[in-house]
Amino acid sequence: MQKKVFTIGLFACIVALVALAQFHLLDDYYLSVIMFMGVNVILAASLNLVNGYMGEFSCGHGGFMCVGAYVSSLCTVLMFSKNQMLGAPLLPPQLAFIGLPIALFIGSMAAAVAGLVVAIPSFKTRGDYLAIITLAANYIVISAINNMEFVGGPRGFMGMSATVRDMENMIDLPWMLIFVLLGMVFTIWILRRFVSSTLGKGVPAICQDEIAAEIMSVDTNHMKLIAFMLSSGLAGLAGGLYAHVLGYVNPQSFDIMRSTEVMVMVYLGGMGSLSGAAIAAVSYTVLMEALRFLDVWKWVVIPLLLILLMQFRPEGLMGNRELSDFFPKLRKYYSFK
Amino acid sequence: MSLLEINGLTRRFGGLIAVNDFNIELGEHEVVALIGPNGAGKTTVFNLISGFYQPSEGSIRFKGKDTRGLRPHQVTALGVARTFQGIRLWSEMDVLDNIRIAQHYRLGYSLLDCFLRTKNYMTREKEIDRIAWELLEAMDLKEFAHELPRNLPYGVQRRVEIARAMSVQPALLLLDEPAAGLNSADVEELIKLVRWIHERFNVTIWMIEHQMTVVMSLCSRIKVVDFGTTIADGTPEEIQSNPTVIKAYLGDDTI
Repeated sequence: MQKKVFTIGLFACIVALVALAQFHLLDDYYLSVIMFMGVNVILAASLNLVNGYMGEFSCGHGGFMCVGAYVSSLCTVLMFSKNQMLGAPLLPPQLAFIGLPIALFIGSMAAAVAGLVVAIPSFKTRGDYLAIITLAANYIVISAINNMEFVGGPRGFMGMSATVRDMENMIDLPWMLIFVLLGMVFTIWILRRFVSSTLGKGVPAICQDEIAAEIMSVDTNHMKLIAFMLSSGLAGLAGGLYAHVLGYVNPQSFDIMRSTEVMVMVYLGGMGSLSGAAIAAVSYTVLMEALRFLDVWKWVVIPLLLILLMQFRPEGLMGNRELSDFFPKLRKYYSFK
Repeated sequence: MSLLEINGLTRRFGGLIAVNDFNIELGEHEVVALIGPNGAGKTTVFNLISGFYQPSEGSIRFKGKDTRGLRPHQVTALGVARTFQGIRLWSEMDVLDNIRIAQHYRLGYSLLDCFLRTKNYMTREKEIDRIAWELLEAMDLKEFAHELPRNLPYGVQRRVEIARAMSVQPALLLLDEPAAGLNSADVEELIKLVRWIHERFNVTIWMIEHQMTVVMSLCSRIKVVDFGTTIADGTPEEIQSNPTVIKAYLGDDTI
């Protein structure tokens, strides 16, 4: 029973947030900050599977996010909005409720398949060399989209807001907020189930000693495939949500800067800690907004903070521990591992 | 039928012949030693059996099945477990997890089962847990179940590594210098442990070992290699008095 308290509390928080947004007690600015927080939590948690649990250095997370964003946007635009290149909407607006989740799902799947670009080389390549491959994967995606005229190339792609508008016309609720929060819960849920199973523990086994893992019957190639595809698939989900929150995407917003940002969140939170990734993503988003008054100087202060972090607490805020290791009382309500 | 059958096994690294025409037949329930000076190619033989290297020539048959072309985890799944010269435990995960993960090849559930926590997943995880605890109990490691391996004394780490290999439930256990770095009291313990494992789990054991006390008190057969070639093969008594072996270890005294 007590274990349920956490789940109930979590959903109560979501309902409360949605209610606040619904009755306009939160203005649009706060609302969008909360939604970006959600997207960042998904990104940080999913990258943590590769960079934290598996100990690889993937710096192309933005690329997979980009695949998810464009593919799911393309789906919803095809289905629900008029577009010069793609023609009239294929489906009536009433179906938007089913259409958006399906589009997000297709986007995630596409991103997971794109993850193969990194997963297959990872069988033979490790460390710095694999990091270069991930970097290349990021560039491949951005350059490919820059050259695709039907999604607008470097000018970007829009029309996703029609779907969101369709939903809001049908039932007046802050739908994107709901989808982002649910996506965030789904991500943490699926990752936690994976890393706490004996199957999923094969991933840190690879990180700590790959040869021992292979000799102790862990199919390392299979585990790498799962880890990379799960990680990039969830990044694709984050991308899809991000695209529909903004209603506009362009390739530049998924370049190496974005990948670096996600990496900073992972290292801030602690490698191999899901609650760490979530806390770091939230605090990073808040920090970015709080330092807005510094304008361009923000980009001097934040890297400086990173240097200080690496100097004085290289394992990140949480290390590889979870919230329950710091506050054992929480264990009564929820098993974090 | 013999458990492991190696015929004409040869491995070349460029111009170097690490293992040359190696033959052995291991029966069920045997304890055999492989000895030889450093660099003689002993560990290479183990690496060939466990699938890290592919043989240049010759065949390896385990339970009548050719293991050439299999990846290490597939060989392990057939029932060959091994330990390493230096201890290679997963040092950031507790002892219990170390034992659990080594059962990866018979998880018996899919990724989807894992996400959905199906009944199959629950029963399989419970079973994995049960086997792990039983093994910890049997190997007298229960008190360390939630410790990280790096916090344990060296002798205990050795025991954990052997326990981890045993959780594969192997038919053949390869021990690569199990007594390396142990003090004499620990060596006594190790001899008792290996003997006990041999009786209790009915497993064939093949070990590389330099400490003669271990080899002499455990093994019924010894094979000696030098420069990749087998130079002697026989009972401990025969080996002790074999002139070629003495020469390989101590050198020729005609200077």
